[in-house]
Amino acid sequence: MPVTSQLFRGFPLAKLWGSSLFPCQRQLPCCPTSHRPTSSQPHPIWPTAMPVRGYRRSPDLHSYNLTPPQVNSILKANEYSFKVPEFDGKNVSSVMGFDSNQLPANAPIEDRRSAATCLQTRGMLLGVFDGHAGCACAQALSERLFYYVAMSLMPHETLCELEAAVEAGRPLSPILQWHKHPNDYFTREAQTMYFNSLRTYWQELIDLSSPGESLGPREALLSAFKRLDSDLSLEAQVGDANSFLHYWVLRVAFSGATACVAHIDGSDLYVANTGDGRAVLGVQEEDGSFSAHTLSNDHNAQNENEVARIQGEHPPSEKKTVVRQDRLLGLLMPFRAFGDVKFKWSIDLQRGVLESGPDQLHDNEHTKFIPPNYHTPPYLTAEPEITHHRLRPQDRFLVLGTDGLWETLHRQEVVRIVGEYLTGVHQRQPLTVGGYHVTLGQMQGLLAERKARASLAFQDQNAATHLIRHAVGNNEFGAVDHETLSKMLSLPEELARMYRDDITIIITQFNPHVVGHQGTWT
Amino acid sequence: WIGVLFSLGRRGIWSSPRRLASAVETTQPIPLPSQARVVICGGGIVGTSVAYHLAKLGWTEIVLLEQGRLGAGTTRLCAGIVSVAKPISIECKMADYSNSLYEHLEEETGVKTGYVKTGSLCLAQNQDRFLSLKRLASRLNVMGIPCNVIKPKEVSKLHPLVNIHDLVGALHLPGDAVVSPPDVNHALATAAAGHGVQIHERTTVNHVMMEKGHVTAVETDRGAIECEYFVNCAGQWAYELGQASETKVSVPLHGCEHFYLLSKPLPEPLQPSTPVVMDMDGRIYVRAWQGGVLSGGFEKNPKPIFTEGRNQLEIQTMQEDWDHFEPMLSALLRRMPELEVCEIQQLVNCPESFTPDMRCLMGETPGVHGYFVLAGMNASGLAFAGGAGKYLAEWMTYGYPTANVWPLDIKRFGNLQSSRTFLRHRVMEVMPLLYNLKVPRWDFQTGRQLRTSPLYDRLDTQGARWMEKHGFERAKYFIPAGKDLLSLDASKTFYKPDWFDIVGAEVKCCKEAVCVIDMSSFTKFELTSTDDQALALLQHLCANDLDVPVGHIVHTGMLNERGGYENDCSVVRVKKNSFFIISPTDQQVHCWSWLKKHMPDDPQLHLEDVSWKYTALNLIGPRAMDVLGELSYVSMTPEHFPSLFCKEMSVGYANGIRVMSMTHTGEPGFMLYIPIEYALHVYNEVMSVGQKYGIRNAGYYALRSLRIEKFFAFWGQDLDPFTTPLECGREFRVKFDTDIDFLGRASLLHQRQEGVSRRFIMLVLEDHDTELDLWPWWGEPIYRNGELCGTTTSSAYSYTLERHVCLGFVSPPSLDGSPAAVTPDFINRGDYEVDIAGQRYPAKAKLYPFSSLFAQQRRRKDEMELSNFQGK
Repeated sequence: MPVTSQLFRGFPLAKLWGSSLFPCQRQLPCCPTSHRPTSSQPHPIWPTAMPVRGYRRSPDLHSYNLTPPQVNSILKANEYSFKVPEFDGKNVSSVMGFDSNQLPANAPIEDRRSAATCLQTRGMLLGVFDGHAGCACAQALSERLFYYVAMSLMPHETLCELEAAVEAGRPLSPILQWHKHPNDYFTREAQTMYFNSLRTYWQELIDLSSPGESLGPREALLSAFKRLDSDLSLEAQVGDANSFLHYWVLRVAFSGATACVAHIDGSDLYVANTGDGRAVLGVQEEDGSFSAHTLSNDHNAQNENEVARIQGEHPPSEKKTVVRQDRLLGLLMPFRAFGDVKFKWSIDLQRGVLESGPDQLHDNEHTKFIPPNYHTPPYLTAEPEITHHRLRPQDRFLVLGTDGLWETLHRQEVVRIVGEYLTGVHQRQPLTVGGYHVTLGQMQGLLAERKARASLAFQDQNAATHLIRHAVGNNEFGAVDHETLSKMLSLPEELARMYRDDITIIITQFNPHVVGHQGTWT
Repeated sequence: WIGVLFSLGRRGIWSSPRRLASAVETTQPIPLPSQARVVICGGGIVGTSVAYHLAKLGWTEIVLLEQGRLGAGTTRLCAGIVSVAKPISIECKMADYSNSLYEHLEEETGVKTGYVKTGSLCLAQNQDRFLSLKRLASRLNVMGIPCNVIKPKEVSKLHPLVNIHDLVGALHLPGDAVVSPPDVNHALATAAAGHGVQIHERTTVNHVMMEKGHVTAVETDRGAIECEYFVNCAGQWAYELGQASETKVSVPLHGCEHFYLLSKPLPEPLQPSTPVVMDMDGRIYVRAWQGGVLSGGFEKNPKPIFTEGRNQLEIQTMQEDWDHFEPMLSALLRRMPELEVCEIQQLVNCPESFTPDMRCLMGETPGVHGYFVLAGMNASGLAFAGGAGKYLAEWMTYGYPTANVWPLDIKRFGNLQSSRTFLRHRVMEVMPLLYNLKVPRWDFQTGRQLRTSPLYDRLDTQGARWMEKHGFERAKYFIPAGKDLLSLDASKTFYKPDWFDIVGAEVKCCKEAVCVIDMSSFTKFELTSTDDQALALLQHLCANDLDVPVGHIVHTGMLNERGGYENDCSVVRVKKNSFFIISPTDQQVHCWSWLKKHMPDDPQLHLEDVSWKYTALNLIGPRAMDVLGELSYVSMTPEHFPSLFCKEMSVGYANGIRVMSMTHTGEPGFMLYIPIEYALHVYNEVMSVGQKYGIRNAGYYALRSLRIEKFFAFWGQDLDPFTTPLECGREFRVKFDTDIDFLGRASLLHQRQEGVSRRFIMLVLEDHDTELDLWPWWGEPIYRNGELCGTTTSSAYSYTLERHVCLGFVSPPSLDGSPAAVTPDFINRGDYEVDIAGQRYPAKAKLYPFSSLFAQQRRRKDEMELSNFQGK
């Protein structure tokens, strides 16, 4: 029982079900401006639509006030920073470092993040993964995807060396240097299986390439994404003798996750995106202000190209059903994702796998559930859209975020907040009295306000934390308000998801002295 | 009003027109003279004050050069407060003199100075601040400057706006005043010009020419002026000007931005006579200004400026920074809530220059004769200018001022304090310190670990807590393992300090076993000659007889003409014509320049600073001889190695260690002067052999307690250029029995005839509860039979006597105007009291130390080991 319930626990509350079932999740229609309730009024829709239980009340009644240190400890629990040494003896790095953080809304959190430096090839990999219907798929991506990318990037010779080392039982030279928060974990039990799949992949890469060859970053990312998704699917079909692993691979395959990954090598920035995560570049204009340059397209109903693509991939008879209520088959919000075999496998295959699976699966009503109007699978792909950007000196930072961030803050706002944080408050316009009539009292009030704003910025050592503080705590004036913050963070577990989604952010800072002067490190 | 202001074409807050009687305002600049006696650079309040006082002392051919207009620098923007509330007595004296000078300036010159004797109020928001104000009051009483410690209620009677709800008390200084600084500047310039001083504006000094260590000329953008003396009063730019001479002159100062606010007049205009308020806990000062207020402060996070030189920013284009001023504005409105409705006139940014120790820079520079400096006023330029100008003029006239200005002497610094990074960091600490509460034995935190002993790391890991002297790190005490370090470093108090027991244990170990103290910071010189030139020089400079057998150590003062101590040192005759001179740490520059000044130009006579070559370890305690004996296979007992001898010997594997039988404390033991490459080895050997004798590390606090309880005076603290050996009972260290004419001999002979009018005594506090009562520090008034008779100069708790011991000077009251001689009865028959922050504690006065404190040692019969120069 516990396994099954875990396997499907995510379904009702995440991205799967149509608004007909749970109208108020995800888009939170209750909150027209910012997707969050203005604290004073309980919003009009959800109490009627929700399966109301006695203890569920509006947050302003339910929540208790958190002190600023309590708020900080919640916000900072998952923060992580990594500084790249500017010159490691070999290369000048275009990346100065990154700040990352995540704030859970689901319990447990379904978002994942990864960051690693490629050791066999150049460059750094950063990614955010937004899971739905559980965290299993996102967890698998966070552990495995970068290895697939790293393998794809390796030249033929390196792959051969690797294979020879494994063959001879020699220790492998490390492939990735991970930059992990202590909460970012690996699934130990599955490592052997993961490794075997990876080895099969590189063996194929060896077979497919010839000496002196390696894939370019674009092809490498594409190949890695597709290969990993097919491995997830295959592992679920094959199963495993170990019953825990068997449950695990099914959980991974039946849950889903989006991925937004950046590969940065010198001035070359590649973004591979599958789903509705987003990569936004912070560009500093000549006047010092910041503007947003988006490097990925969201794969959801708001993207006309995506809607057209999906409709084009299926017969005209399904035109009305394949995208309903802005969801894939009326159920799924992201239009591309890893896992989610319910949208990929044929009905027979789904039934077959579930029947041969652990007994517990049969008891779950969801196992028998097949999406409506399911005629011409697959409906879903993990194929990423890949963008290349040549970094310029004015490109100051890259924000990778799951949709939990982007639905609360506009990208322009995100870039402004981060930009101002990174450049410090020195950018603020100095006050002058000029010829105005200002009393000492008025001035004091004004200065206190400015100080409060500045001190919030300095409260966080981590740009991602600072951004989350704004995403969660902004009041209607765009200023962080402790009361809002306190209410949003003290929501009971089962309510939090109604007001906000998991938020995961990685902010990478570029070294303006390095980017744009290409050739110095190659 | 604004119109008046800007019609002058400059930014300034003072409205009065400035027009000189001399022809400076004419369109055609007067040609510069080709020669002068003195050239003063800087037409601010300091430069004009120097010119004024030189002229008053009869100097002629004085030229004052100003790169812009008179008073165009800090002076123009300064807040105009003349207060005597200053941290040290010499500064109080200068401020007091400035005050009376400015008061009578209008009368003398006819120039309006805006002088109003408003008085001032120093507020205390807490008991510790109140204590420090009471201590200040005690000091001012000694100088006869009126002041009253008052209750908060009386504050509101004196000032209509002050919110007194959070005050515990205040100090009222009725004599303090406000002026208009540019007008005082103008008045001083007018008076100086009247005495024949030539003033030239818009003339920039490019550099100062020198020959053979003497100033010869000044090069300006309008030609050169030959001169004998040059005075650098360039304020903010004094550092750079010092660097711009042939031989670089180190003027260690650095600018910080300083902000104050001007308000428009209050609805009910504030009277000009309203007292100045100094709310140091709120970090602000407030004075009445044109019916409104002028209020600035010394913030915790100052903004250093001009690090890279004068071309970076001109003083005229300084930006206001309201965000930076916010804490001070809040403090102001908290102190005077009624100002909330008052309108802002302007926020003024007026850079001030600060020095590494919060005191100004005065005097002749060590390397160059005739090059004088007066700068680095630490935001008190106006208050100090009068007095400082007078002292500097006296210095140039008589060779030394009429008061002890060692705390201000530029020779307390050397090149080592001249790093811009050091200055930048240090002034960021100094500026807030102006208004910080200063408790006994505070240390600077910035610019540390500059000079260290090779043993620094070893000692640090053993729990050493450090203080700094002349850039050198010295251990104060050693925290035993397991002590709560955090609380120890944090506590600040006027009462019993938290290191009391720690130092007590170190003292006990010195008395009963053996301790090792790293004393490498001492200044060490070697004077050698081919013939007897070295001896001849020292016989001339030192009061004591240096013609002793090789291997003898002589404690001696180096006296000036007046017989006062310029230095107090230990001299070892290492070879027949080679002497090793050990002086206090901060004598490095002063003693060097004193020796150089009196050295004949003889290539056969060679002086070398070897401070950096030796690590000095002080082994104190009865078992020191056992430790050394074991390490050298030589008997170190007093029979074989009597007190005050020096031998080169081996210690462990290291050979050539200078071992001296003295400890600077009166305790038995040895000083080891170790070539630095052997330092770690010798230290390790000493510690490992010493283990069975109970050896431990000790710090300067233990040393201090030991020397003060034995009545050892310390140069710079107890001894100064105005104190003679006779006044501190050191006649036995003066070679009266020879007929060698040493420097100061005549004055001493005269004094011996007349009798001394002040005497160094030791006071043992009675009825003083170490746990509960305030601790003495220094500068406390001494009363005899209820009558003020002197001040203390240092104090320490004696763990042996279990009493506080204060050292200080007393003088009998003069009956007929001429000083009365001190008699034994004056000391022995009198009820003495020491005033600590207004509370008097009875004390027993003594002329001689307790002989019981000296361990039984075999001494050279003619000499007692009474050494003298440990750190504070």
